[in-house]
Amino acid sequence: MTEQTAARPEVSRRRLPGVNPVYVLVVALLLAIFIMNPAFGEPTGYMNFLKRVAALAILSGGALYVIVSGGFDLSVGSTMTLTLTVIGSSMLASNDPNSTYWIIPLMLGIGLVVGLINGLVVSYLKVPSLIATLGMMITLNGVAFMWSGGAPRGYLPDTFRFFGRFNISDVPLIGILPVAVICLVVFGTILWWGMHRTNYGRMLHAIGDNPQAARLAGVPVQRVRISAFVVSALTAVLAGVILGGRGGVSVDIGSGYELQAITAAVIGGAQLLGGRGSVPATIAGALALEAIFTLLNLIGLAQPVRLVVQGLILIGAVALATYQRKRAGR
Amino acid sequence: MTDTPLTASKPPRFRFDRHASTILLLAAIAIYIVLVVALGQTRFLTLDNLVAILGRSITLGITAIGQTFAILVASIDLSVASVISAAAVVTSVVMNGEPSMMLPAILAVLSLGAVVGLINGLVITKLEVNPLIATLGMSLIIQGVLSYYYNNFAGAVPAEFQVFAYGSVGIVPYSLIFMFALAGLAWFVLRFTRFGSDIYSVGGNQDAARLAGIKTARVVIGAHVICSLCAAIAGIYLASRLRSGAPWIGAEGVYDLESIAVVVIGGTVLAGGRGGIWGTMAGVIIFSLIDSIFNVAGVDAFVKQVLRGIIIIAAVAFYAARSQRPVA
Amino acid sequence: MKKTLLAVAILGMLTGSAFAQAPNFDDPAEFAKQREQLTATFNGPADQPYLQYAGDAMVDTTEFKKEGPWTVCFSNAGVNNPWRVVGYTNMTEEVKLHPEIGTFTHVDAEGSDDKQIADIDDLLAGGNCDALIVSPNSTAALTPAVEKACAAGLPVIVFDRGVTTDCPVTFVHPVGGYGFGIQAADHIIANVPAGGNVLMLRILPGVDVLETRASGARNMFAEAGLTVLGEEFTDGDNAKTKSIVEDYLQRGTIDAVWMDAGATAVAAVEAFEDQGVDIPVVTGEDQQDYLQKWRDLGFKGIAPTYPSYQWRTAVIAAVNTLKGEQVPGPEWVLPQPAITQDVLDQYINEKMPPLHYAMCGCEDMETYPEAWGGTK
Repeated sequence: MTEQTAARPEVSRRRLPGVNPVYVLVVALLLAIFIMNPAFGEPTGYMNFLKRVAALAILSGGALYVIVSGGFDLSVGSTMTLTLTVIGSSMLASNDPNSTYWIIPLMLGIGLVVGLINGLVVSYLKVPSLIATLGMMITLNGVAFMWSGGAPRGYLPDTFRFFGRFNISDVPLIGILPVAVICLVVFGTILWWGMHRTNYGRMLHAIGDNPQAARLAGVPVQRVRISAFVVSALTAVLAGVILGGRGGVSVDIGSGYELQAITAAVIGGAQLLGGRGSVPATIAGALALEAIFTLLNLIGLAQPVRLVVQGLILIGAVALATYQRKRAGR
Repeated sequence: MTDTPLTASKPPRFRFDRHASTILLLAAIAIYIVLVVALGQTRFLTLDNLVAILGRSITLGITAIGQTFAILVASIDLSVASVISAAAVVTSVVMNGEPSMMLPAILAVLSLGAVVGLINGLVITKLEVNPLIATLGMSLIIQGVLSYYYNNFAGAVPAEFQVFAYGSVGIVPYSLIFMFALAGLAWFVLRFTRFGSDIYSVGGNQDAARLAGIKTARVVIGAHVICSLCAAIAGIYLASRLRSGAPWIGAEGVYDLESIAVVVIGGTVLAGGRGGIWGTMAGVIIFSLIDSIFNVAGVDAFVKQVLRGIIIIAAVAFYAARSQRPVA
Repeated sequence: MKKTLLAVAILGMLTGSAFAQAPNFDDPAEFAKQREQLTATFNGPADQPYLQYAGDAMVDTTEFKKEGPWTVCFSNAGVNNPWRVVGYTNMTEEVKLHPEIGTFTHVDAEGSDDKQIADIDDLLAGGNCDALIVSPNSTAALTPAVEKACAAGLPVIVFDRGVTTDCPVTFVHPVGGYGFGIQAADHIIANVPAGGNVLMLRILPGVDVLETRASGARNMFAEAGLTVLGEEFTDGDNAKTKSIVEDYLQRGTIDAVWMDAGATAVAAVEAFEDQGVDIPVVTGEDQQDYLQKWRDLGFKGIAPTYPSYQWRTAVIAAVNTLKGEQVPGPEWVLPQPAITQDVLDQYINEKMPPLHYAMCGCEDMETYPEAWGGTK
């Protein structure tokens, strides 16, 4: 009962803006890529693109949970590094293909612990999440290097790389279907369902919107907040499995992904410091981000120009969202 | 030398969070002394070494002074690292080994810093973009423009200018004196000027400040201009220290995240409105001490990183855990 | 938004138009010299490349002669990539071979010039060093710090990247970046007909030793009539490397991939593999994952090296200096062999980690392979 009261403003709010501009952006960008490179219209073209974006999209969807609850998670990149370079490859030095089946659950377990610690530090030690997860990022990177000695100790077996690398061929209509794309659809749906179709999702929005009010309305603020960090860390592990599968073993896999995930959420219209955000729009944000890079690549713009464009889009997206909100009278 | 200023900023009423940075600093010093004695490395207790420790983090210190202003006003600045790189490159390119170009170079860099701060402030206040995103975007833009033109160390500072980083009075480097003088100036501004008290009001509660007739936008913009100016000065110092500037030196030193870390370790609250410069200086010294302790103890670089991460969390938890306010 | 754009434009004009830049990575004399050194005969024992040196110039070090045990200090730019990890292991294992080294103090600058300068200050202030080894993070920036150490009367050994002063006893380094670029480009030119398409993949701009690799190769491709499709920066990121190669493949054929460093070579090979395209010439470096991929798939590979045994040489140079023995100098140029198809098998060791650099000159040490993360 009480939870519904807390969630009611949220329901009416989501109806207002109409079509989220991020979808228009994605369509426009994909069209532009297609015009410049017709091969993109072939299944191998767009499937490769989706395969490439899967890790970031899943990661952003998880990061959104923390953002909607009003926090930040800067530790996702280092969670990927730790679980992949260390657990994934170092402990698999025996190259035993069967170990994948217990290694992935183990990695998820470590993700769970990382998320729990983040959540507990933020909730009970009252450390702002920016600092708590920054500290966690530095610590985890150090642990990863300490443990592995600075370089990965083994290879990732093919059974592990299956999720990020393998394509199912001879699929009717589309020809090839990368496993990573299936993962994207499955986890994207789960994340969408959790955020937009459950009571838990409504509580998440409520504590991000106004923690005091949420508490008064009976929302278990601490527990919900901790769970958001856990979701974020778990998706970081999943994204890591896909990314590691795609690229293979490397030293600092995942570094820089924390800011990209936040960027994707922001392009998708999520409001930093909480209360607003949509999983599909965030995934579209990730698609847009990757599409921008692909497009700039196609045009042949130099790396520095890409940085400038990324910066302008970031500021522009948020400024536009604020403007729209103001015009809508909120 | 470091304790006196800390007591100077002590408010009349006894408040834990003001003392916490002193306690942390004393703890770090105590650990350092115990460790040095325990390892039998008493040669590290000399005055020379004290100066070496204090001089470790001038770049970080100058940047953090500016960052304190941004955080006090409940904002944040992630563009400082890029500004440092840009400032260092412009310094060394404009000077290009010519002593006569020293003043023009410094003026050019300071105006660059002021412009960046102004834009940051305008985007945050007028376009109402979250400061994290605004300054992150700004950082990408500066980095892009900079690396479009330069991909290596460019230009050179004249020998006369290297005095800034390498000259000293007796054993005390000019740069160290400069950093503390800048901190003193910042302390004066925050404590004795109208602008200073406005910063605390706006950071504490923007709406209340606005109702009280403070032009909040101007205060936020002013804080960002100061923040970027400090980063620009840090870039000038770095150019003098490295003899030249390259587009990656700011990012390489992680001055953006480290400056935020030392400010909050020093007791300035991320939500704004509480804290001060001497806490930040204590935070900077703590970071230098940690580095030195690790060097003395021969701690492996990876372990160093782990400990540094834990220390950041623990130090902030040390203040924040008793706070009754919810955090984000 | 407009304001931002305007400001960016102003900023661009401010930095761009007024000043020119000229970092010189295209030095024909240095290029020719390194080309010659690649095939030159080196002095010293052939089976211990880390002791070999080019030329006859020696430095007298009697002034630094000292009774042991010594404290040898090492200021390291960082161990932030696998090559440096292998190198640092070489170094610590070499130190163990010299009982005269009583204390080996290692300070790590974590990839920051600013930190490294402070580290050297720390060592000078309280390190009690008898000799200082420096692996500079960048050339120009570390020069004042190295000069300061020299002025303090310490024998200084510099290796890997150099400094712009000749005050150190010697500067230990392999042939160099041009040499690396030449070896890879020669192989491509020999295996791709004129008019072929070459994709150049690079880690990041601005690093001296990487820029010279690229500039050497670029000139050679132009001369040989090969088309350079593009020069792309991968940031050393496997996933990004794969994306770049995929995008180029969608737009046309690639006859060769030239890499300025081997870290992402396997990802580039996999991009062809995953698209079901024949693997063209892909150059790499001496790390195990590439060597094994090359052998397993049988494409036309080559592994130029930037031998990590120079980390051993630096310690040896410091020891010889403190003994007052002659040391090759002011530059100790080490051989820089490339691993070709003929000798591929002797460098592959499946018991080593994927990013172990095979040209480590460490196989003759007792602790090999465990200390390098391998298994017997």
